[in-house]
Amino acid sequence: MRRAVFGAAPIGLVALAVLLLVGPGLAAEVDEEEVRRIAAGLRCPVCQNLSVADSPSEMAKQMRQLIRERLAAGVRPEEVVAYFTEKYGEWILLAPKPEGFNLLVWTLPFAGLLGGLVGVLLVVRRWSRRPAPAAEAVDPAYRERIKAELDRLDGS
Amino acid sequence: MSWRRLWIPLSVLPLLGLLAYGFRTDPRAVPSPLVGRPAPPFTLTLFDDGALRLDDLRGKVVVLNFWASWCYPACYEEAPVLEEGWRTYQDRGAVIVGIDIQDTEEGARRFIEQFGLTFPNGPDPRGKISIDYGVYGVPETFFIDRQGRIRAKHVGAVTAPLLRERLEALLEEPA
Repeated sequence: MRRAVFGAAPIGLVALAVLLLVGPGLAAEVDEEEVRRIAAGLRCPVCQNLSVADSPSEMAKQMRQLIRERLAAGVRPEEVVAYFTEKYGEWILLAPKPEGFNLLVWTLPFAGLLGGLVGVLLVVRRWSRRPAPAAEAVDPAYRERIKAELDRLDGS
Repeated sequence: MSWRRLWIPLSVLPLLGLLAYGFRTDPRAVPSPLVGRPAPPFTLTLFDDGALRLDDLRGKVVVLNFWASWCYPACYEEAPVLEEGWRTYQDRGAVIVGIDIQDTEEGARRFIEQFGLTFPNGPDPRGKISIDYGVYGVPETFFIDRQGRIRAKHVGAVTAPLLRERLEALLEEPA
C-alpha cells in the first residue's frame, strides 16, 4: 500500500510536467464530445445505416478527422454540418430537416397515434353505450345438469 | 351509409401514394448536389512525382475518376477504358485524372503498373478531395467542362461508349 502511494507521487509529478509542457497544445484541441455529436448526426456514406460516429470505416475516420480539423480552425458546428450537406446533399443527415415534404416524417407518426387514440375512444364509447345484453335463456337441460352436478359436489 | 363504406378504402389511398413514392426511389442512390456547380479545386500529389492543380486544367475537359486498388471488379473493368480514352482524347483537350482513395500506396502502384496507366494519378491519403466531391464509394467519375463546372457524375464502372459520348459532347462546347 505504502509502495503504491509513494509510487503514485512521481507519476503524478511526471503527469503534471507533461501537462505543463503540452498544455498550450492541448488548449487548442477540440472538444471531442462536439466532434462526436456532429459525427453522430451524419450518415456514413459507405455503410448501411451507420452514423459517421459509429462506423469504423476508413471514410468515416477521415470524416471525423475533417470535423476535428474544421472545429480546431474555429469553424462553427452548424457550418461543419452545412459543409457536408453541401457536398452530399441532405442525404447525409441522419435526421431529415423538419421542413417541406420531410414534415410528413415528423408529424405522421403522431398524427397516426392521435387518430388511433380517437378511434379507440369512439369504439369504447359505442360499446359502453350499448345496453348490456339481457341474461340469455339457458337450455333447461343444461340448467338441470349444472344443478345436479353442483348438488353432487356439495354432497361429497 | 355508402359514404361510410367508402371511407376505409379511401383512407388507404394516401398510404398507397406514400408507398409508391418510397418504392420508386432507390434508397442506395446518393444524388450529388454538385452537378452543375463549380468543381471544388484541389492539388493532387501524383504517384510519379510532381503535382496537379485542377485550376491549371481550366479550358480542358476533365474526367475525374475516383478509384481504389481493392475495388474489384468495377475499377479493374474501367481502368483499360480510361487509359484508352486518355490516349484517344488527350490531344483534343481532355484530361483524365485518377484519384486513388482509401488505399495503400503499394496496392495503388501495382494497379497502375498492371494496367499501364499513363494519365495522371495520385492518392488522396486523408480523404480531403473525396469528401470535397461528396464521394461515397469507388468507382465514381465526375465530368468537368472547360469552364470548370461539374456536368455529370457517374457511379460505377465507366464504359467506353459512355466515356466517348460524354467527352465528345463536352469537347464540342466552346472554351
